[in-house]
Amino acid sequence: MKKMGDMLLQENPFSEIVMGNTALVRAMVEAGTRVVTSYPGSPTPEIATAIRSIPPAARPFYFEFSTNEKVATEVAFGAAMNGHLSTVFFKSVGLNVASDSFVQLSLMKITGGMVIVLGDDPGANSSQNEQDNRHFAHMSYTPVFEPANPSEVYSFYREAARISRQRQMPIIVRLTTHVCHAKERVEFGGWKPKPHDPAIRFNAADGPFIPITSMVFPKKRRALENLSAIERIAGDSGLNRLVDNQNQNYGIITAGLPFLSLLEVLENAAEQPDILKLAVVYPVSRKRVTQFLQAHDKVLVLEELDNILEKEIKLIAFEEKIGTGIIGKKDAEDWIGEYTPDKVFQVIKKNWPELLPDKPEKQDRISEAPPRPAQMCPGCGHRAAFHAIAKAVSEQDIKVADIGCHTLGFLPPYKMGDILLCMGASTGIGSGMSLFNSTGKVIAFLGDSTFFHAGLPGIINALFNKHQLTLIIMENGTTAMTGHQSHAASGENFNEPVDAIPVRKVLEGFGIEQIHETDTYQMKKLTELVKKAMAEPGLSVVIAKHPCMLKQMREKRRRPGFKSVPVTILQDDCTRRYECVEKFGCPSFVRNKDGRITINHDLCIGDGSCVRVCPSQAINLPKGDRK
Amino acid sequence: MKNFNIYLTGVGGQGIGLLSEILLRAADKAGYPVKGTDTHGLAQRGGIVASRIRIGDKVHSPLIPEGEADLVVALERHEALRGMNLALRDGGTLVYYDAVWQPLPVRLGLSDEISENLIRQECRKRKITGIKVFHENLSDARMQNIALLRVIHQNKLIPELTAEHYRASMEDLMEGTMLQKNLEFFSAPATE
Repeated sequence: MKKMGDMLLQENPFSEIVMGNTALVRAMVEAGTRVVTSYPGSPTPEIATAIRSIPPAARPFYFEFSTNEKVATEVAFGAAMNGHLSTVFFKSVGLNVASDSFVQLSLMKITGGMVIVLGDDPGANSSQNEQDNRHFAHMSYTPVFEPANPSEVYSFYREAARISRQRQMPIIVRLTTHVCHAKERVEFGGWKPKPHDPAIRFNAADGPFIPITSMVFPKKRRALENLSAIERIAGDSGLNRLVDNQNQNYGIITAGLPFLSLLEVLENAAEQPDILKLAVVYPVSRKRVTQFLQAHDKVLVLEELDNILEKEIKLIAFEEKIGTGIIGKKDAEDWIGEYTPDKVFQVIKKNWPELLPDKPEKQDRISEAPPRPAQMCPGCGHRAAFHAIAKAVSEQDIKVADIGCHTLGFLPPYKMGDILLCMGASTGIGSGMSLFNSTGKVIAFLGDSTFFHAGLPGIINALFNKHQLTLIIMENGTTAMTGHQSHAASGENFNEPVDAIPVRKVLEGFGIEQIHETDTYQMKKLTELVKKAMAEPGLSVVIAKHPCMLKQMREKRRRPGFKSVPVTILQDDCTRRYECVEKFGCPSFVRNKDGRITINHDLCIGDGSCVRVCPSQAINLPKGDRK
Repeated sequence: MKNFNIYLTGVGGQGIGLLSEILLRAADKAGYPVKGTDTHGLAQRGGIVASRIRIGDKVHSPLIPEGEADLVVALERHEALRGMNLALRDGGTLVYYDAVWQPLPVRLGLSDEISENLIRQECRKRKITGIKVFHENLSDARMQNIALLRVIHQNKLIPELTAEHYRASMEDLMEGTMLQKNLEFFSAPATE
């Protein structure tokens, strides 16, 4: 496998080792998907990485990163209404943003078909919660396919796309973190490129597509009929798996990644329960569940996150008058965290102790490694900003955080972030915090990608309702946290260079007069500007700017002959006040047992942002190498 | 092959992803069923990266149950200790590159840096074979992962995998001077 792009467009059937996210892209190619949209967020950004590996001219579908998940959903929907099979993908909490448009989709006769790919995050590896998006599926009458591994990501997407197109309805393919990132050899089918058909296929006469008042009901009826049809299809689908061990006593119903954890755990079991692994987790096939329940004395529902399958299965048992003992979630622990093999062991052991051997006792460890919270990178402009801003605010001032790399400012030594909800929420929260508050000033942080994503309404609200706060926009020119995707102010979209929409001009356009701006490496100036802004009445803005240094360094390192020159510590001048390591906190500083500070050459990029931090001028940046 | 579990760990930016992908593909080239998965939530920002590779016919999940790794590969000393404590079975093997990227509490003066000696003690207590790798004059810090690969190969730490498998796998994933440099380094005779 030399070039991922060539692999993804191979015409003959082949097999390759890929991660779930890559398998999905091949599935889109084979399914004839024509329009794909997204807003970046873990665990799904590698889907776009795979798409990028296909040269734009050869790409069999259009792709864009939209300004947020809601817009991405709308673009994919629009294209699908015009007859093009479309797909939108984003992370778990992205569905909250998309929801206003998303919940309407099932009401529409979607001509081209539309698949919504969700990257849920049990275990909250990179999210602010571990929400179970199957709830949204229930609310919006949208079926959910749930693969467990990359092979299933490929086959389930293809099937979801086929049914979606055939029935002209939306379908969800729900992935989770370790399905997106799992790697294995996957068998792919063949593919023949087809020319794009430019014919307009949207026909208003098929509508009306206006769901208001009583016009909602026939559309809702159609959504419910579709759901019933999928329930029947799900029952007969070869994508379900029945592991038949001829066990009439123990049965387990499960789906997705927990199925693999279960097989792992059962390798050491006293006896092998039968297992029904559902491919379609909503709607649940009544026929399959009924048969399975009737064939077993007791059935455990092994389900990650919330008890959604459990309730459905218990309802079926009640209505079908089946007396089988059904075991679901027992306590809060069953609701929390990813269903890894260790977690599944605990769940099975708790309910059926006789089935699994005891785990050997874990020996005590002599010592544990200190925790390693994520850090801003060496040279990060946010670090310089937080260091400077800390000098402008006092203890009782309220610091409202937002989503992005700058969220990490909440950690010591900066402690710049007292509260966080979700993307773009900081200005609104800060506005509320400022009411009946004459003692502490309020500052709110916001990233530049988030500014466009969901930040604007909060800013406009603060302005026209005259709230008293200082908004600090941490502008680094990219969507850094998720892997440097471009945004509206980057000067390029996914496909080509475009005119940037400068953050400052947008703010000026709103009529905000109190806008201050500086590069964050100018720390003294930034401190002064923040002090000034906080003394101003109403909404004031500070744009704290510095390009993402991780992105810049990666680009520089690709150039032949590039070498970064790290800073040095002048040991004779160092007075060991530890401002560098305890207050500025760049991970490049090494604290030695003998009290000396030295530099980690693997980490230091020679940016020099630390030089002015040292009260004894003991940090030396070799001349001529200032980047 | 009986199941063989490898847990790789380090700090974001150390090149875990590439090393893991080389091992995964090498096992595949040797004809074994293999699965893997990475966890790298905020890893790009100096957090912990973990990757798992599972080789064998009876592997189902890409995740390794706690304490069931046969081999822990770490690119950093603190993560070596964390990784072996969490994932390695008693009597298993730890191979680590002795880079030290101090975690925040160490830099704030709240915790002590983990010493080589502590790792040795832990190994002795749990009958773990501990192998430290360090090169005083590595031309490029980004080759620390290949330094580990070399030692994994030279000590035959993954049963049945040969130099050919590793080399073919590297050729899959790299090209140009980067491939050349890494292949040369990989093939150079052992100096330890």
